[in-house]
Amino acid sequence: MSEPLSFELSRPGAEPPRLPAPGLSAAPSADVLPKEHLRVKPADLPRLSEAEIMRHYSRLASLNYSISEQFYPLGSCTMKYNPVANEAAAALPGFAGLHPYQDEETVQGALELMWRLERALCAVVGVDRVTLQPAAGAHGEWTALRMIQAYHHSRGDKRTEVLVPDSAHGTNPASAALSGFQVVEVRSGRDGRISLSDLESKLSPRVAALMLTNPNTLGLFEREILDVAEMVHATGAMLYYDGANLNAFMGVCRPGDMGFDAVHMNLHKTFTTPHGGGGPGAGPVGVKAELVPFLPHPTVEKADGHFKLDFRRPKSIGRVRSFYGNFGMLVRAYTYVLAMGGDGLTQASKDAVLSANYLRKQVDGVLEIPHHGPCMHEFVATAHNLASQGVRALDVAKGLLDRDFYAPTIYFPLVVPEAIMVEPTETESKATLDAFAEALKEIVQEAKTNPAALHEAPRNTPVGRLDEVGTARRITAYLTGQSEEPVLRWKRAGK
Amino acid sequence: MLAAIGVDSMDDLLVDIPSSLRIHELKLPDGLSELDTMAEINALAGKNRVFADRLTFRGGGVYRRFIPTAVAAVTGKPEFYSAYTPYQPEASQGTLQAIFEFQTLIAELTGLDVANASLYDGATAVAEASMMARVHTGRDEVLVAGYLHPEYLEVLRAFGEGRGMKVRRGEEPTAKTAALVFQQPDFLGLLVDARGLTEKAHAAGALAIACVDPISLAILAPPGEYGADIAVGEGQQLGLAPSYGGPHVGFIACRKELVRRLPGRLIGSSFDSAGRRGFVLTLTAREQHIRREKATSNICTNHSLCALAASVYMTYMGEAGLRQVAETSFQRAHALAERLAKLPGWELAFPERQFLNEFPVIVPKPGPVLRKLARKGILGGLEVGRWFRELRGVVTFTCTEVNDPAAINQLLEVLTS
Repeated sequence: MSEPLSFELSRPGAEPPRLPAPGLSAAPSADVLPKEHLRVKPADLPRLSEAEIMRHYSRLASLNYSISEQFYPLGSCTMKYNPVANEAAAALPGFAGLHPYQDEETVQGALELMWRLERALCAVVGVDRVTLQPAAGAHGEWTALRMIQAYHHSRGDKRTEVLVPDSAHGTNPASAALSGFQVVEVRSGRDGRISLSDLESKLSPRVAALMLTNPNTLGLFEREILDVAEMVHATGAMLYYDGANLNAFMGVCRPGDMGFDAVHMNLHKTFTTPHGGGGPGAGPVGVKAELVPFLPHPTVEKADGHFKLDFRRPKSIGRVRSFYGNFGMLVRAYTYVLAMGGDGLTQASKDAVLSANYLRKQVDGVLEIPHHGPCMHEFVATAHNLASQGVRALDVAKGLLDRDFYAPTIYFPLVVPEAIMVEPTETESKATLDAFAEALKEIVQEAKTNPAALHEAPRNTPVGRLDEVGTARRITAYLTGQSEEPVLRWKRAGK
Repeated sequence: MLAAIGVDSMDDLLVDIPSSLRIHELKLPDGLSELDTMAEINALAGKNRVFADRLTFRGGGVYRRFIPTAVAAVTGKPEFYSAYTPYQPEASQGTLQAIFEFQTLIAELTGLDVANASLYDGATAVAEASMMARVHTGRDEVLVAGYLHPEYLEVLRAFGEGRGMKVRRGEEPTAKTAALVFQQPDFLGLLVDARGLTEKAHAAGALAIACVDPISLAILAPPGEYGADIAVGEGQQLGLAPSYGGPHVGFIACRKELVRRLPGRLIGSSFDSAGRRGFVLTLTAREQHIRREKATSNICTNHSLCALAASVYMTYMGEAGLRQVAETSFQRAHALAERLAKLPGWELAFPERQFLNEFPVIVPKPGPVLRKLARKGILGGLEVGRWFRELRGVVTFTCTEVNDPAAINQLLEVLTS
């Protein structure tokens, strides 16, 4: 099962779409513009009929696993169901048709939605204000670090380091580096939680912030979070919350109460806006009062029942993206918040924790689970015990694909060898969880009896394991001029 | 399920949370039925005023364009929108191949060797490209020529500040300049001397970064033809609704010498052991999940679904359709410009400069004029003096294939009444 590229399907004879002619008397561009401005070689785009295009993309769609068809237990990504009402809400002409430079009086509903969503997010995470501007989680991390940096600078304090646990998401150190900080790693203790003694040894007046996710990437709640917060604050540093795992405790506890000064949230995880095959998401950032002056501008303010955009924020770090963020995702998230309410969000988190613990129990003994439970919304197992059969986490993942499950996150967090990180979310029924555990059992059995078969998995997918090393090698050949094949794009033969 | 886990209550699963941190309830109203939720959402949408496409003459980075129905029919497929980053390529070939096609379409359009899987928007694309130039040249200054979109400039400054990048407006690169950034057409809609600016950048050993309007590239010389090193831009016009500014899609393309410095996802073609072609995430050693603090960027989630929309749009249009859209917009805008310039007291702000489908006009008392248009259901041009003091009284008007001749007449009628 494969589908040619649109470029390969292209037919020179395909009629271009019917589009309006100018209908007014004006000279064509070729007569008006100087030659040096004009394109010489036309772009080589495909030519297909609408019917062919629809068929092409329908076939491509059928090659994907997705939440709409499969269990998608991708740890740390919170792949829960995306309610279809969210999509209908964002498509309403009253939202989708708004130009970002319309006058405030004509976009009161949009501003009110943003204002209300901000209040709701404040309530969920326990902060004073939220910026909705960042487009994704990593963008939110960076935005928060820039605010923390600006806060320290405003006090004449030039701190240069950011502490990041060894179990953190890769975006944490990358965002810190992008803000110009030195990244210093803090080790996890044997119980999988941040080591207070290592933290203490790394804290100094050079440290601007500690970035922490809670529950951490092992799915474990950082029990000593209040001590961590006290230690960090005692040195004048700030505590940053990576909200990737917020789905674990909505309505149960709040990062703001734990002592976090800045908190990012992934609306595409916790608040059910779709992942889109890799975005668009939205990564709002909540902050406590002392960071409020540094929020990106504009903020949405309410005065006398009227909503307005506030650009007059002299200490603001400026803008982190154009306009007001991924507004369409904000509409989806707010639709979800309205439908769920405080009671529903709380139940969602509790169900997510219940699912994870139930599945953890089913998997325990099939695979090794290196840390003691209970877990929160996800857990990490290891395929370490299959090493003697020559079977790795990757093989287990591929075996799951063959059984019509998407694979968990593998080889992350880095602190667990052969890690298999499972996040079932509240979406899944007990029956699905049981079926998944059953599939894992089968795979482990296969690992013991016929490991060679597992190395050849997956077989039921449109393609088998792809030669990623070969791809990288062919790219190098192209980049160094040894090959004409660009590998990163299609190119017409002989051109 | 609790019994299977071996606990008595939900609270037994939450024992690691210190009791002092537990809250008793989330202070939000209780949930609503879908019926009531949508009533509330519709009420909010109803508080906004939507101007008809054909009566919208405001651009400034977001434009009304004809969006083929095919676009939403494809992006509305849950197999696309409810999947995630294709970490397991065998189960994600639909997304991977669609992005590979997007990379090809953008590379073709910009005339450059390679494009990535997408960025958040045009503004962050300019910032990411500048970061690439900074690392590539080892220089700190980024020079911004002419009228770059003011919000792109702001984002560039915010990006650069943490890392000690110096962002300056000007057109004379020196030995300290990492990149010369220019927008073609610029924020006002005017054409700049892209070739001349590129040559200036190269003469100083700097990179040339062209921020381009993708539809304009059906007519205008693409960055690859005048030698720019990196092309970036905003892809909203390629099939995405205005949506109050987002989500849209940023794109970035470059010469092959710079490929290893590209931010974000890249898809390459590959083969399985049976020789079947497939697509994979590649050159991941640039990325945060592998390289952590040494990554070329922190970007993870990008704007994949918007890139898919843009791909469907470009495939639907083809080269001929794209050219037709650009040409119709060009001719209508020129006809409109001619008529606006004849209004008493109105004149083109830069009559000697060329433009495509957006142009600056000096308008007497622009505020009342725009309010009057709004009362008649017309979203008039954009006052650009709010960003550039020297442009007070200047309004940019934009015209695309959706502004039919009758709409243009309607605009003129209100202005002359």
